[in-house]
Amino acid sequence: MTERVYLFKGFVRFWHWSQASLIIFLMVSGFEIHGTYKLFGFKQAVGYHTIAAWALVGLWIFAIFWHVTTGEWRQYIPTTDKVVAIMHYYSSGIFKDEPHPFRPTSVLKHNPLQRITYLLILTLLSPLLWITGWLYLFYADWSAWGLSALQLEWIATAHTIGAFLMLAFLISHLYLATTGHKLTSQIKAMITGWEEIEKPRHP
Amino acid sequence: MMSKSSRVALAVCLAGWMGFTALGIASAEEPKSVKLNTTADHTKFKELQREFASGPEVTKACLSCHTEAAGQIHRTKHWKWEYKNPDTDQLLGKKNVVNNFCISIASNEAACNSCHVGYGWKDASFDFTSEENVDCVVCHDTTGNYKKPSGLAGNVVTKDMEFPPGSGKILKAIDLSKIAQKVGKSSRDTCGGCHFNGGGGDGVKHGDMDSSLAAPEKELDVHMDASGLDFTCGTCHKTSSHDVAGSRYTPTAKDAEGAHLRGATDNGNPATCISCHGNVPHKQEARLNQHATKLACQTCHIPEFARGGIATKMNWDWSTAGQRDANGQQITRKDAKGHINYESRKGDFILAENVKPTYVWFNGQVNYTLKTDKLDVNADVTHINTLGGSPTDGKSMIWPIKRFGGKQPYDTVNMTLLTPHTAGNDDTGYWKNLEWDKALQAGVKVSGVPYSGKFGFVKTQMDWPITHMVAPKDKALGCVECHAKDGRLTGLDGIYMPGSGANPLLDKLGWGLALLTLLAVLGHGAMRIVLRRKA
Repeated sequence: MTERVYLFKGFVRFWHWSQASLIIFLMVSGFEIHGTYKLFGFKQAVGYHTIAAWALVGLWIFAIFWHVTTGEWRQYIPTTDKVVAIMHYYSSGIFKDEPHPFRPTSVLKHNPLQRITYLLILTLLSPLLWITGWLYLFYADWSAWGLSALQLEWIATAHTIGAFLMLAFLISHLYLATTGHKLTSQIKAMITGWEEIEKPRHP
Repeated sequence: MMSKSSRVALAVCLAGWMGFTALGIASAEEPKSVKLNTTADHTKFKELQREFASGPEVTKACLSCHTEAAGQIHRTKHWKWEYKNPDTDQLLGKKNVVNNFCISIASNEAACNSCHVGYGWKDASFDFTSEENVDCVVCHDTTGNYKKPSGLAGNVVTKDMEFPPGSGKILKAIDLSKIAQKVGKSSRDTCGGCHFNGGGGDGVKHGDMDSSLAAPEKELDVHMDASGLDFTCGTCHKTSSHDVAGSRYTPTAKDAEGAHLRGATDNGNPATCISCHGNVPHKQEARLNQHATKLACQTCHIPEFARGGIATKMNWDWSTAGQRDANGQQITRKDAKGHINYESRKGDFILAENVKPTYVWFNGQVNYTLKTDKLDVNADVTHINTLGGSPTDGKSMIWPIKRFGGKQPYDTVNMTLLTPHTAGNDDTGYWKNLEWDKALQAGVKVSGVPYSGKFGFVKTQMDWPITHMVAPKDKALGCVECHAKDGRLTGLDGIYMPGSGANPLLDKLGWGLALLTLLAVLGHGAMRIVLRRKA
């Protein structure tokens, strides 16, 4: 037996998909700039990467405003409640068709593992990419900002490390999106806002 | 609608304009036959309406009006061929340096000094205080007929003569009177008469200066473009009191002054790109201005040198000179493109066109290996000159250079460079008799280099910053010329370039992480499928 819960509001869904497209596009253009392959041509890739980065900045301004004003930022407060149970689920229960130990609601839409992951991404990985990306963009102004001791190579290396971590996140994120009640339940949820989840087995 | 009064006003204006135009036509009834960019027509000067039997006679006529000109010339490098570098205290100038082309002017003055702005410098007895020995015409000729044949110590031929004597070759006289009456501003042709031919032939030495710049197309030089901007050399090498701006001994590697403003106190070099274009020249792309904080303009805007169809020498090996054919005659050989690549009197050459420059950090300081300097026994190559610079000194930019290789005689006991007597129709001239020992003995007698009598050939290298043949902006280097694996700046210290594959370890770890993540999720997924099916 399943039931439907409303998890993702309109703005969240818009934020998710536009951010996903931008990040994927940033990766595609970014790894070309890095020298991994040729696609757009170096010059175009740099131009596109810059535009996409500014678009993401704009999106984030809206997203931060939305999170603060709606109180939705609380979704990312970390908790240790049920962490062990959830880790056990993904490493064992999931193979035996056991029920998921966490039931998402619109107030608590992320399970504790998701909370920690997204919190780390929002507070560590994203800032790493942001700060290094900004410094990269404003390379010419370093000395004016009193940063002449900085080396471009450090910034570029840190930015690339961030990109690889984001790629690893993207791969696992894409996979974990298939681990809902059905393969597509979570993906549908991010499109419609409604997720189909299993009803509790022991009433 | 137009009011009545404004219609009247318009009619008055129109009438006035037509009347003015008619006046203009009337006053232009006698147009000048030539476009004069000077207020003096030298054909009208009585001082020049006579025959001249020698160069100095012309000079005396010039100086009768231009009273201070010779004194101005006397202060210049063009006259002294000597220059003390204030930064290194090295005594330089053509009179003193040794290079790896024709090596040294010592004992070869009669030939080399046909490019001196004077008459008669054949040996050390030349009078550098003489005013009449200044050659005005070599820079101010507009006819193209003024010639200073090699071997005559800078003198001109006013009566047909056989030269070298007994050779049967006749040097034609030139009409100094006509030439003197046509003098004007210096031009690409007058400067090029010597500077295009540095190293003894068209394009030989510089690579970025050859006769293709006499009337270049836009593609070859965007500024000198003969049907466009039509710059002369002097447009950039802004000359004051006959002292031409710009120097290869103390070049300006990094111009922090910005564009030069008239009236502003500025002792900077007016020949730099920045002296006109400023330090933030790129209007569309700020990122290119960022590049310009590390790269000399020339690095991107001169994609290749020797682009005008004239090959430049890239290597000169004197050690193979001296071969003769079966009849004992001197020989020449040519490469596949028809360039001479061997001459008995000079050795082997490598020539090239459309050459991608070498790139170095350069701070403007140039150190020479002088005649008095001991060579390093252990060095792979002797640096005729060394360009100073590093990524961290704050004074350096990345510059394109022509790196010219050579092999030339040195004293194996004293470990110094030697100066052979090459040119000259005499028994000791190497180019005539192909005997090194005699040529070296005669050469060092003049240059003053001690000679033990034992010589060998040492590998040498000389660096020439590239600054001419500026391409139009759409032909400047594209990003991927450098931002690529094995790009043009590969091996240069102190730069990080996205796209050059600079950090292979980072890539290994990064792609390794991505691969492991992928394997983990695939494994997890596979287990879900297999185990659930069982259940």
